[in-house]
Amino acid sequence: MKHATFDPTSVCALMPMGLIYDDDGIIQFVGPTLGKLRRADTLIGKTISEVFSVRDNGRGTGDGPVPLSTKLYLNFTSGISTPLKGMAIAIDGANLNILNLSFGISILDAVADYRLTSGDFAHTDLAIEMLYLVEAKSAVLEETKQLNARLQGAKVAAEEQAYTDTLTGLKNRRAMDYVLDRMLRGGVHFALMHLDLDYFKSVNDTLGHAAGDTVLQRVAKILLEETRGDDMVARVGGDEFVLVFNKFVDHDRLMRTASRIIARLEEPIPYQDTVCRISGSIGITTTEFYASPSADKMIHDADLALYGSKHDGRAQATLYDPDRHDGGMPDGQVAPQRR
Amino acid sequence: MHGMINRAIQCFLRDTYGAQAWLDIAENADLGFENFEAMLSYPDQITLDVLGRAARHLHKPVETFLEDLGTYLVSHPNVEAIRRLLRFGGENFTEFLYSLNDLEGRAKLALPDLEVPTLSVESCGDGTFRLRCSSAMPGFGYAMVGVMRAMADDYGALVFLEHSGWMDSGEEVITINLLEVAYAEGRAFDLFGRIGDGI
Repeated sequence: MKHATFDPTSVCALMPMGLIYDDDGIIQFVGPTLGKLRRADTLIGKTISEVFSVRDNGRGTGDGPVPLSTKLYLNFTSGISTPLKGMAIAIDGANLNILNLSFGISILDAVADYRLTSGDFAHTDLAIEMLYLVEAKSAVLEETKQLNARLQGAKVAAEEQAYTDTLTGLKNRRAMDYVLDRMLRGGVHFALMHLDLDYFKSVNDTLGHAAGDTVLQRVAKILLEETRGDDMVARVGGDEFVLVFNKFVDHDRLMRTASRIIARLEEPIPYQDTVCRISGSIGITTTEFYASPSADKMIHDADLALYGSKHDGRAQATLYDPDRHDGGMPDGQVAPQRR
Repeated sequence: MHGMINRAIQCFLRDTYGAQAWLDIAENADLGFENFEAMLSYPDQITLDVLGRAARHLHKPVETFLEDLGTYLVSHPNVEAIRRLLRFGGENFTEFLYSLNDLEGRAKLALPDLEVPTLSVESCGDGTFRLRCSSAMPGFGYAMVGVMRAMADDYGALVFLEHSGWMDSGEEVITINLLEVAYAEGRAFDLFGRIGDGI
């Protein structure tokens, strides 16, 4: 077999990252792309082991300086180390060997480090497709991230705008503000009842939050049953509720309704194999007390009445009394005239 | 139509004619929203409505409008990603032209549900090429004329482009006369240079 016609240039056109070395390991010829990583004239004449550290994990064959016919892992010994994959074969009878190299997963860094262009890769190499894919996927991922951020923002905004308490299905504080504002502007007479659960904290502490949630849902059901369609029930805090009774300002009947609610709250609430026991304290005010009622003032006064109930031993309802409650008002407001 | 395409149309209108023009067109087309999401899908009719309303709003023939859209897609910094992905096609304009044969497959690699027109390019000798384009969106060929005009500038090639009409099959045909591959400097392109860096 004659090897005089062996032409390293055409071999390296096929393998631009290839190099040819003799049986002593001395580099004879360097492919054009490899020449972009390290100048060819600095490689030719050196041995493979001077230029690269070579690792074959013990799988190679042959006695030469580079294990043959197996997957090789190489790094440059100086400068940017650029991990490479490779494989070497012997050219029979020519005293020469071919080592072909590729970037593997170091492709992204290599393209940046050595300013490679698409012409630097063999036509059969998938490197360009790989780079294309990385870039396209990054662009798509960026769009997806932005979409997620927008959806997250929309979710937060929707929650902020929501009028419903998700746990109980009752109205929330926002809804209450809106309803009170609308009723006050319309000059509607109504009663405002502030309910604070008693012993709820101990249910939460001893039986856990799931038990607490069960209790809150039960309370919501009772409150809806004890009110009419055009009344409003809102959960305005952890265990605080506000009830607005539309065109319902009769004191005796309000007190009877409040007592009935408390009685029903005191019925044991089954939870798993035990029961939860709570009660409630209530403060009530009505628009009748004020010359020009405001939501803040009414909530404040219902609060004062509620704390009267708490002070008197809980589990009871108190009607706001301007003479009694406003005496202790910290901000020194003048008690409104009762109409 | 894929959100990417609708989003591109929106960006073109917004960046070229102003935010208000886009809002007017969106309202005219009765979209019910102000922004297309690139990662969602929309019925084809929405895209056609937007294109129709836009052409009317801007008092332009749809063909001119689509050609401008194509030019925008490759030349505006806000959509640099598209230009970069097209530049992966080849090192010079000739290679780029042949790479259009693979465009559909490449696009599907990145976004399997993106409906890209089927393009086929063949050389007719004498530096003349014929591009055939079949798409769900009639008139897409005009957008391709805009794309190729801008890409020729990007590569620095001197070309003469002509939309040569429709075949009976609905395919659009574009004739490309490549007068000079390296006529001007062209814009720089680095394989590495992440999307967004150029903005």
